[in-house]
Amino acid sequence: MITAFSFAALAAVFAALAAAPFFLGTYGIGFLLGLVGYVTLASAWALFSGPTRYVSLATVAFFGIGAYTVAVLYETLPSWLVLVVAALIGLFVALLVGLSTLRLAGVYFVIFTFGLAELIRQLVTWYEVNVTGTLGRYLFVDYGPEVVYWKLLALCAVTLAIGYFIKRSRWGLALKMIGDDEVVAEHCGLPTARVKLALFAASSVIITLVGAIQAPRWTYIEPTIVFNPTISFLTLIMALLGGAGRLWGPVVGAVPLFLLFEWLSANFPDHYSIILGLLFIAIVFVLPNGVLGFFEEHWNRLRARGSAGRTELSQDREAG
Amino acid sequence: MLSLEALSVRYGKHIALDNVHLRVDPGETVVILGANGAGKSSLLKAVSGLVTPEPGARISLDGRELTGVPPHRIPDEGIALVPEGRGIFTALSVDENIALGAYSRRARAGEARQRDFIFDLFPRLAERRRQVAGTMSGGEQQMVAIARALMSDPRLLMLDEPSLGLAPVVVGELFDALGRIGASGVALLLVEQNVTISLELAARGYLLEVGRVVGEGSAAELKEDPAVRQAFLGLND
Repeated sequence: MITAFSFAALAAVFAALAAAPFFLGTYGIGFLLGLVGYVTLASAWALFSGPTRYVSLATVAFFGIGAYTVAVLYETLPSWLVLVVAALIGLFVALLVGLSTLRLAGVYFVIFTFGLAELIRQLVTWYEVNVTGTLGRYLFVDYGPEVVYWKLLALCAVTLAIGYFIKRSRWGLALKMIGDDEVVAEHCGLPTARVKLALFAASSVIITLVGAIQAPRWTYIEPTIVFNPTISFLTLIMALLGGAGRLWGPVVGAVPLFLLFEWLSANFPDHYSIILGLLFIAIVFVLPNGVLGFFEEHWNRLRARGSAGRTELSQDREAG
Repeated sequence: MLSLEALSVRYGKHIALDNVHLRVDPGETVVILGANGAGKSSLLKAVSGLVTPEPGARISLDGRELTGVPPHRIPDEGIALVPEGRGIFTALSVDENIALGAYSRRARAGEARQRDFIFDLFPRLAERRRQVAGTMSGGEQQMVAIARALMSDPRLLMLDEPSLGLAPVVVGELFDALGRIGASGVALLLVEQNVTISLELAARGYLLEVGRVVGEGSAAELKEDPAVRQAFLGLND
């Protein structure tokens, strides 16, 4: 599926991105950092929600867990160990939530995940006020934003690689079954509950790590900042805009939207949320399959029928 | 082969199946007749592991206990189900649907052989391997559903109202195919409201009424059964 050429091109892009901090100022690094952060969030989100079509608004719950874990532990543990602890906490919460909710479907799952983010925010707030006695935490690390950026870039590459290998394996097609018809998927011999849980956990751990890696960027952390529901919504819109069912969809969606949001928040800070909402509605109505799906559809229509459109199943199966 | 003993299924207070006994012999075609709400679908769901029967029930295939086996293990036991309302992946192509039918471990060994059998059975599917299943006609979708189920190389194929919503000429074609599947040695357990055609296909049948078996016998006997004639064929003697 992926040719040596496109693999080399991809490696070159990542190498260029990795070298970028040497040529950019503080603003440039911060900008790229935010961009790579959202690309990773959207890709991780789509890892679970794309094929299964379970729309999750719990993104910020895991993001916030990651950020808070760092804020609490960064002075006592080495930074790599803090990331491991954050990932483990994210995994634990994901399994707990997954086991209790993946039987929910459709709108109930959406509402639950939205509520979950709010619940965790309230729990953290309660704990900080009543037990710790403070609400905010300061976070001073001895490395600069470029280190944060490199960590995020590595995580982004890993996320895309995971997405690629899942798509290539026999799992990729199996996951489409869940999105299409869970009962029939079960009849085909797919343990749907277990597969959904594994995928939700993988996606959640990555999102937790994004929060944990990005946390030092704020220097001051409190629940309203790191559990801000806008993060969940932005992730969702980006993935949907690009097309959540495709490997590169979230990337294609995240890049232009991130640029747009940067511009909007700089120029229209007061109307930012309104424009965001309108955009959300427009995307769902105009591009239900995302930008990639839109182009694919029109491309297929232009092209003569009969030529091979879809990937060969047998290849996918051998790869798995 | 398949044997159901003392099978009862309950949804809350509602009793869907009440102490049902039923068997399907190897290679045999058996039909379950009954009106809407008689419990036909619940019976197939119980065998597929989708609903848990009341304690005391025994479901077994060739002596192997199936009660409590989770639904995704059922294909490995040699049972395939074509659920009511087609049971295909509408967003995927015919080829993908068929490939997914061979997802279970048992299926992978005989995949190529089953594929040949299916395309021989439904040549129309062979012509349309790349078509998205959701864009096909009702009859073709039912063929895809049956093909998908056959890919797991079942010893017992269960079908929930395969004739539902199809034109009579299409139903005829479909039942011809079912006859050939039966002749290849696969046992069929079929739930139907279309009595005339299913009694022509089946060797034996059961009559289900509000969760109870109220009649059973050979196809010939059932055709003459006054209850069947009155309830389903609209004939009064």
